[in-house]
Amino acid sequence: MGVEFIYPEFEVIRNENRCIACRVCERQCANEVHFFNTEHSVMVSDESKCVNCQRCVSLCPTRALKIVKSDCTLRENSNWENDTIKEIYKQANSGGVLLSSMGNPRPMPVYWDKILINASQVTNPPLDPPREPMETRVFLGRKPEKIERDETDKLKCEIPPQIELSMPVMFSAMSYGSISYNAHASLARAATEIGILYNTGEGGLHEDFYRYGKNTVVQVASGRFGVYKDYLEAGAAIEIKMGQGAKPGIGGHLPGAKIIGDVSKTRMIPEGSDAISPAPHHDIYSIEDLRQLVFSLKEATEYKKPIMVKVAAVHNIAAIASGIARSGADIIAIDGFRGGTGAAPTRIRDNVGIPIELALAAVDQRLRDEGIRNNISLVIGGSVRSSADVVKAIALGADACYIATAALLALGCHLCRTCQSGKCNWGIATQNPELVKRLNPDIGSKRLVNLMNAWRHEIKEFMGGMGINSIEALRGNRLMLRGIGMTEKELEILGISHAGE
Amino acid sequence: MKSEGQVRIPSGCAIAAVISKEGNKMSGEMITNAMKPMHDRSNGLGGGFAGYGIYPDYKDLYALHMFFDERATRKNCEAFLKERFEIVKSEIIPTRKIPSVTDEPIIWRYFVSPLKSVLAALQLDEKEFMVRTVTKINTEMKGAYVFSSGKNMGTFKAVGFPEDVGVFYRLEEYEGYSWTAHGRYPTNTPGWWGGAHPFTLLDYSVVHNGEISSYDSNRRFIEMFGYKCTLQTDTEVITYIMDYLLRVQKLTLGETASVIAAPFWSTIGTKKDEEDKKKHIFLRTVFSNLLITGPFSIVLGFNGGIMALNDRLKLRSMVVGEKNDKIFVASEEAAIRTMEPDAENIWAPAGGEPVIIHVKKGAY
Repeated sequence: MGVEFIYPEFEVIRNENRCIACRVCERQCANEVHFFNTEHSVMVSDESKCVNCQRCVSLCPTRALKIVKSDCTLRENSNWENDTIKEIYKQANSGGVLLSSMGNPRPMPVYWDKILINASQVTNPPLDPPREPMETRVFLGRKPEKIERDETDKLKCEIPPQIELSMPVMFSAMSYGSISYNAHASLARAATEIGILYNTGEGGLHEDFYRYGKNTVVQVASGRFGVYKDYLEAGAAIEIKMGQGAKPGIGGHLPGAKIIGDVSKTRMIPEGSDAISPAPHHDIYSIEDLRQLVFSLKEATEYKKPIMVKVAAVHNIAAIASGIARSGADIIAIDGFRGGTGAAPTRIRDNVGIPIELALAAVDQRLRDEGIRNNISLVIGGSVRSSADVVKAIALGADACYIATAALLALGCHLCRTCQSGKCNWGIATQNPELVKRLNPDIGSKRLVNLMNAWRHEIKEFMGGMGINSIEALRGNRLMLRGIGMTEKELEILGISHAGE
Repeated sequence: MKSEGQVRIPSGCAIAAVISKEGNKMSGEMITNAMKPMHDRSNGLGGGFAGYGIYPDYKDLYALHMFFDERATRKNCEAFLKERFEIVKSEIIPTRKIPSVTDEPIIWRYFVSPLKSVLAALQLDEKEFMVRTVTKINTEMKGAYVFSSGKNMGTFKAVGFPEDVGVFYRLEEYEGYSWTAHGRYPTNTPGWWGGAHPFTLLDYSVVHNGEISSYDSNRRFIEMFGYKCTLQTDTEVITYIMDYLLRVQKLTLGETASVIAAPFWSTIGTKKDEEDKKKHIFLRTVFSNLLITGPFSIVLGFNGGIMALNDRLKLRSMVVGEKNDKIFVASEEAAIRTMEPDAENIWAPAGGEPVIIHVKKGAY
């Protein structure tokens, strides 16, 4: 102890009058915070292990528990904040890179919250979604530049492969390994029921889930885990993962301890071996190499599947996106710097990349300036938190949004940001069978369907208010947005006017 | 207050149109009078007309109707035109001084033919060259504005009530086989002559009543193809969409209507004719950004015909009537009755249902 000691971040407050010592908290906590003191017949806790996942709070039958932030703090200092100092202690103790999970929690600007949406008054009518049809269906994929006719002058209606979504939202990539079998099952079943897609992430596709293929994006990442012909053919689309918003420029590392059983089989690597995803694809050191992979995948799947390329939002994202649009890819997915992760170096997560709102606006405008926006679809993610964020993203120019954190929250995640420990008490970010079974896919998928239905209703209400009855008339419709509390430069990049203008 | 083009200007409106399927000529007086009973649909900040078949003596030449702010602008512009065109005739457009129309700019027209050598050097066909030239003048030449650029047709527009604008331009002296008209009710314009409607490009003219909610989505898409929406009005962007779909993509009128007022997916889903279904899915998928939502009723004029179209929810009034060789379209039946008291078969086309009228071949 001594110099190495860091006071626990949270305190477990147990109302002794309410506690009946049923020991539910003890059984529920994989972190082993709670235990029963037989000598005094009371529950006690070791708060140093608590991650504030709220599992015990949620399941305590007498509401005897709460977790609060510890008020034992270091002397206040606006420059040297508590967390900053503690991180220094940790690194001085361990000599290691700090690891974190989920999205960047720091108070960086959230541009969604500085954008306001329009509504119709007098000069044109708002529409009632229950009364008028409101269309949220979108098609993602390359659109032909010129129409063609056959010899009898009929339109030739063949178009490059498209993904059809019932609403402009998809579940973003999360690998089997980083999340559990039941989490994957929930996502796959919900996507199928809603008519959208979920994404395998880079961990391959469990054999049980091939039947959800029509609603699956299969990912090809730098480690190429689980990639083979059947896998590529199983999905509705193939995504080449070049980068991730939470850790641009960084590869991945799933420790050998988690490569067991089905995870090992699905990833097609031996049990116990570390799954290392290199930072680059070692066959892609440049844009022309990407083009070759895009066409290799198209050849392998006979040009029947759209190819997506996912990149992290970095400084020159507009130029990168332009290059991707000309690489033969059908869809670009851009992941913003607030995007989530199962594990990332803290410093990278919190300091590399740019906000998705700015990246989206810049990319959409750049592709239009080059006249190639219709050649490629644009999917964005990296902290889309609500239907309002979706509406704003579409109006800025996105075709659809990726959500992952919101989906995990629907499954029970309480955003304790310790996925890297593998001890997820909610059965999501864990491979421990005892924990995994806490997530019931019947309930999980139902909750995801509920969430998406709720968002769809809200999106329709927004659209109706604007007098728009089809989502495509909202796409890129930046006049429907106004900024509040932003600088001229921010407004210029977003391509919107300030409120009142 | 910002002038037009610097700010988006929504407006309500009145529209009317008449066409003879036989190609019989009508003076502009009838369409002028048709606007009178719809007086309250305009607010005096813009009125205009388009007449087709009105320049038979120059029918192979492009008729450029232009506004200039001053003589020097006109002189400069004429120097520019001479580098690109053979100017067969140039003249002031005759007008009549009336108290209700004032502050007119210099209003001129030119009958021109693009120089073959220029076309060859630019490797452009004639129409594309015209479009680029008009866009160049309207975006780069301060104080000069082309408000009509088709063959054997012309637009006449001004700040004022439409029935007064017709008198101002002496429309009774023109004879055309089809006419369209527009009265404007803008909500925040200082009133600018160029901002009145119809809006035209080549022989396409559009009169429009409504305020589309898809405006910026449509604008940002169409601007990828060289168009510049300098006026920020619905009518302007609709005209460019028409030009792009009809001239550039070579869609038919019916297909164009299926893009901009596309049937709902639920309607497409229940179509029995598989080929028709495939076609609609194709058009909605490929041109999804050209779907126009929000209220609109438009009449598209072109050489040899018109197309009237409502938004797919029919959020604006528009009725059609007929009598003998003539078809009438207007925001209100009263306007049709003014043109033809005995008009028959008056009906309101359904939302998204195009009414396409062609003049008999060889009659225009």
